[in-house]
Amino acid sequence: MDFTFTPEQDALREQAREFLAATPEPTWAQLAELGWTGVSIPEENGGAGLTFVEEAVLYEELGRAVYHGPFLSTFALALPALPDDLRAEVAAGEATWTLALGPLVTDLDTAERVAIVGGDGIYELEGAEREVLTTTDATRPLGVVRGGDAGRRLADSTVLPEVEARARAALAIEACGVARRALELALEYAASREQFGRRIGVYQAVSHPLADAYTQLELARSLALWAGWCVATGDAQAAIAAAAAKAYAADAAVGVCETAIQTLGGIGFTWEHVLHRLYKRSLGIQSLAGSGTRLRAGVAGSLLDGEQGIEDEGPVPVSISQGG
Amino acid sequence: MDLRDTPDEAAFRADLRAWLEEHLPGELQGHRGGAARFDGPAMREWSRALYDAGYIGLTWPKEYGGGGAPYTHQAIFLEELARAEAPPHVGVIGLGMAGPTIMAHGTEEQKARYLAPILSAEEIWCQGFSEPGAGSDLAGVRTSARLEDGHFVVDGQKVWSSFAHLAHFCILLTRSDPDSSRHAGLTYLIVDMHAPGVEVRPLTQITGEAEFNEIFFTGVQVPADNLLGEVGGGWQVAMTTLLHERGTLGFALQAALEVQVRKLVSLARDRGADPLQRDRIAHEWSELQALRFTNARALSQLVKTGMPGPEGSISKLVWSEANQRVTKLALELLGPDAALGEENAPYAGYWQHQQLRSRGNTIEAGTSEILRNIVAERVLGLPKSR
Repeated sequence: MDFTFTPEQDALREQAREFLAATPEPTWAQLAELGWTGVSIPEENGGAGLTFVEEAVLYEELGRAVYHGPFLSTFALALPALPDDLRAEVAAGEATWTLALGPLVTDLDTAERVAIVGGDGIYELEGAEREVLTTTDATRPLGVVRGGDAGRRLADSTVLPEVEARARAALAIEACGVARRALELALEYAASREQFGRRIGVYQAVSHPLADAYTQLELARSLALWAGWCVATGDAQAAIAAAAAKAYAADAAVGVCETAIQTLGGIGFTWEHVLHRLYKRSLGIQSLAGSGTRLRAGVAGSLLDGEQGIEDEGPVPVSISQGG
Repeated sequence: MDLRDTPDEAAFRADLRAWLEEHLPGELQGHRGGAARFDGPAMREWSRALYDAGYIGLTWPKEYGGGGAPYTHQAIFLEELARAEAPPHVGVIGLGMAGPTIMAHGTEEQKARYLAPILSAEEIWCQGFSEPGAGSDLAGVRTSARLEDGHFVVDGQKVWSSFAHLAHFCILLTRSDPDSSRHAGLTYLIVDMHAPGVEVRPLTQITGEAEFNEIFFTGVQVPADNLLGEVGGGWQVAMTTLLHERGTLGFALQAALEVQVRKLVSLARDRGADPLQRDRIAHEWSELQALRFTNARALSQLVKTGMPGPEGSISKLVWSEANQRVTKLALELLGPDAALGEENAPYAGYWQHQQLRSRGNTIEAGTSEILRNIVAERVLGLPKSR
């Protein structure tokens, strides 16, 4: 058993952190130049031929930076449904995608192309009207699509369990990146802010909630990385691991952000500080790809009812007109 | 990153499973823990059998009778022991605390004298650290040791000492300089528990069992050779002991929680659970996996760099609170039967006993408050509260 990152994976993380600190709003062309658009795409399709574990490093760092763009929707949602030629376009940085798993579509403001689930297949949606909605987390807008035609058939709907596991694992890891940044901000503050003549971190009413926040984050990260490894290797536990990880990590990220806001006092509650953006991202993660209660109901089902995998309502089909 | 066993780890695990299947006596399976249950000869024989099969002291150096094996084998050993619901070796304090401390600070004569009988379960150890006036604040120790004619004379009282009623030796933290205070002037001794002037009184705890004891020392003569480390250097030696207490514990605790959660799931299957209870069961299962992989991350770091990852320091804190929640949830699933005493309750009162016992989990081996201080100050770098 080895639960450490390789030196190459550590280097990727370092590169990502430095780049995103210097370039908080990167263009897609910049991501393509760094090679991030083909990380988990096979070499024969123009990608780097690495695994979901390397991609997970990026989800974590993008979460930390509260990145705004179609990375999650392209790689965690749409990629498993794309045929080889379209993967090659993605790897080359020439296309971004989202996949509509319900009426609210992720990254609809930035993703160029939209895939939809219809019947037993996944299709490209063509000629639809898009409406981007305002969201609490302004860095990950959702939208609705109206009309349009089902174009090219991209994949069988049998890839949907893979899509779900991938999306949940990615969100779980992203949540850890969000929480890590929030915790660091709170620690810096607690170690420097003085009240009553002492740095506030000496007070256990301040330090113990931060110790708990760290604990929650490390537990969440262990689950998220386990889920990521299961997805990368096609492990039989991928579905249950991803469900458990997403439920746990989203709650942990929200909790860590709330502790951070409380630690910072008034300033953490304003638009003057970055914390509110981290907090809103954590809330957004909580609401995507299954709520905690729904995911835990699935975990309980597989533990208590002797079912294989986990119970799920599955994606809500979007009504489309066939043909075209 | 590869979360599967290596071929070597898989082979070790398979051999161990087969060995346990063949050698674990039925009457010892499902052992609930607690020092009182270590009294009988069956536990000694079991410990000896584990030792003879080469499973004790896996990570100890070969020169001291250990296996010289990697930490991963020790983790697998603890995991499989718990999965088989097999009791641990009786020498918990010797293996986890006294032995590693003697290896780090002992003379060659002390290593030669004390280490081998710990492994073979011929000699049992207990710990004399806490006192009525020195609990979490261990530096308040007052038990005195005066150097007189080539031996120390020890007077004082220790408390919360598991296994003291069975023990041959005690690792004892004393104050050798009466004018000293706090961390200075402390001396670490090895004390023969059968020496004149040593008296052990069991303490009946919340479960009705007596796992731990008070120890009274009245003019006890301890040979000067039984000094561990330097006179006045006892605090550093004690820190080595505590580091090992918390360091080696993680996998054993995780394995114990794994058994609890498995029993909880089987209880819910037997007796049913409503949707809210099912939600909590799923949460506890998730947190168990989180603890498992947190320990795995810390262990992988230890194997690669020689230093455990900082995330390992949360293990005991997480386990203790999880065990309290899991046992309470089990009582809730039992409904009105939860009120029955151990004699009349379903599952022979297992859950009633476990729930009461779990209240000690957030106190023993470092209270949750102290552990949060350690995380805040040593892991997160916050300013010290004292």
